Amino acid sequence: MNYNINHLKELESESIYVLREVAAQFENPVLMFSGGKDSILMVHLAYKAFFPAKVPFPLLHIDTGHNFPETIKFRDDLVEKIGANLIVGSVQEAIDKRMVTEEKGVNASRNGLQTAVLLESLEKGKYDAALGGARRDEEKARAKERFFSHRDEFGQWDPKNQRPELWNIFNGKHQMGEHFRVFPISNWTELDVWQYLAMEKVELPSLYYAHERDVFERDGVLLADCDYIEKKPGETVFRETVRCRTIGDMTCTGVWKSNASTTDDIIEEVATTRMTERGGRTDDKRSETSMEDRKRKGYF
Amino acid sequence: MSESHKIDSELLRFTTAGSVDDGKSTLIGRLLYDSKSIFQDQYEQIERVSERRGEEGVNLALLTDGLKSEREQGITIDVAYRYFATPKRKFIIADTPGHIQYTRNMVTGASSANVALVLIDARNGVVEQTKRHAIIASLLQIPHVVVCINKMDLVDYDENVYNKIQDDFEKFAAKLDVVDVHFIPISALIGDNVVHRSDKTPWYDGPTLMYYLENVHIASDHNFIDCRFPVQYVVRPYNDEYHDYRGYAGRIAGGVIKKGDEVMLLPSGFNSKIKTIQGPAGEQEQAFPPESVTILLEDDYDLSRGDMIVRPNNKPDVTQDVEVMLVWFDSDKPLQEKGKYAVMHTTQDVRCVIKEIRYKLDINTLHRLNEHDGIRMNDVARVVLRTTKPLFKDSYRNNRITGSLIIIDEGTNNTVGAGMII
Repeated sequence: MNYNINHLKELESESIYVLREVAAQFENPVLMFSGGKDSILMVHLAYKAFFPAKVPFPLLHIDTGHNFPETIKFRDDLVEKIGANLIVGSVQEAIDKRMVTEEKGVNASRNGLQTAVLLESLEKGKYDAALGGARRDEEKARAKERFFSHRDEFGQWDPKNQRPELWNIFNGKHQMGEHFRVFPISNWTELDVWQYLAMEKVELPSLYYAHERDVFERDGVLLADCDYIEKKPGETVFRETVRCRTIGDMTCTGVWKSNASTTDDIIEEVATTRMTERGGRTDDKRSETSMEDRKRKGYF
Repeated sequence: MSESHKIDSELLRFTTAGSVDDGKSTLIGRLLYDSKSIFQDQYEQIERVSERRGEEGVNLALLTDGLKSEREQGITIDVAYRYFATPKRKFIIADTPGHIQYTRNMVTGASSANVALVLIDARNGVVEQTKRHAIIASLLQIPHVVVCINKMDLVDYDENVYNKIQDDFEKFAAKLDVVDVHFIPISALIGDNVVHRSDKTPWYDGPTLMYYLENVHIASDHNFIDCRFPVQYVVRPYNDEYHDYRGYAGRIAGGVIKKGDEVMLLPSGFNSKIKTIQGPAGEQEQAFPPESVTILLEDDYDLSRGDMIVRPNNKPDVTQDVEVMLVWFDSDKPLQEKGKYAVMHTTQDVRCVIKEIRYKLDINTLHRLNEHDGIRMNDVARVVLRTTKPLFKDSYRNNRITGSLIIIDEGTNNTVGAGMII
């Protein structure tokens, strides 16, 4: 008898183990939900981890107000389907209340403002663990993350002083006011995610599949034309067949020229592409270490 | 077009350890580059940085050194995880620093690895750091060790140099607990015997490193004999449809559990039978490591987190007295004899007192030191603990899951020690 499971089943088991560990060790966890494929995968895994009981934590969406409209519709449908409780932290509200200041100009993005709103939402809800769908293969600072990542009372990450994490023993002990970020799908690659979602026949927002859209080019990245981005002189809008590889705020999420209109096409594309998935994220391109800098302050 | 998107491939976790400048990061860069796992934008980014820093050629080490301070100092500080796939397998690399002050990070990376890569600079041979890496691989019971004798191009691909290093390592390793050791002569910089076979080492007829990694037998790295199921979480739906449902969720730590099996529950000692095994894809007939499942029993006993389901004729030790090889991590405080700490073992959360420090292990020579000036960060010691509640434990040699524990400082909540149960 060959006791062997394939890599997708092994990753699935690992993630389910981590999700259950969070439910067991923390009093008040929350699952950060962006509407992208990784957080959809997280919800799917959480559903399996606690079946037939309901997922024992609410979903938290930090809404920049600059979403692709498709994302919000998809989010609301999913929440209804699994009977989850949705909490929305609004960047627009924070701007209106003068808690944060909106960036101005052609490169303006609300991406950075999300951190303050996220930290405020976590504090307000007294959450002691925030589950996120970040993966180590996405970005070099994320490659250094633990599964259980400690955050001090200011929500800061101290990458040089992380708790050792051995075997499958996760130490979630913390003082009042501190919290943990937990990343159950740390070990998944973009290709793993797509293969698994295909195997499980999980429904995804239409944005991930090839569609026609008005776009313009900036610094080698295609951006979707929308009211939230001020165009520079000379930037002209044209029609292109594109898809999203990641979904975030419209102002910083590049779209990708592609004809991949089915999940199988996408798997083929991801398996052969020569560009990383965050290659189209202008928020990562602000500097060499922009992800590390943002993460230290409490970003996702 | 690669076939790396096959669904049916195994996952292999390996760890790399090496000294400063022995080419570890270059080797990883080479594996990623030759397996076409470096993306164009990543490559262009490190190309830009290398140029800005005035380096000759593209520094592949920048791929793994992700933190600002690591790039500034040109060293690896913390474990970085890297991923790549070939048509045969998916790989997770835990890239760890080799310097003695980062032993704790090396231990972290080694704890879940199937294979350890130990790098030796062919010009220097077996040095203190090589020995330390081998000792850690042995302590952590990494099932397979590959010794890569690197920079063969700098010793003219001399077979005698290779043989001498192999002899030296084997003599040393005879004192250790490593079973499966392989040697490969490579040049990470040029690519000899990494992915492609080199024509400069005609005297070597073994596999390339990549061939080895793709084919080493890892299916039996788990314990499939001794049935161990630590209860992690109790699933209670509290709704009408599943009114009396009480599911025990957890990950199989050992053995094969089948529907209908007679089982014993710890600590109560009651017997019951497996009624249902609920897996991620629905009900299944059996489950084995490393699967996460939910188990329903025939009888209505009230188990909770930390309890364990085992077989009546194959029980773990149930005891409050535990002897471990302990790696100490705390930079502020040495291990306190008679000190009290929190302990996490499988899904149990208990406290302990350090009853006795038997000896300190010199991790360069393997000598047992009865006289020492305390157990400090990165030290290894044999220690006796007494726990507040019985643990259900096996020896680390028999089961890496039920045989391992961590020690936590109750003041800071930091993980300050890792123990391998003897």
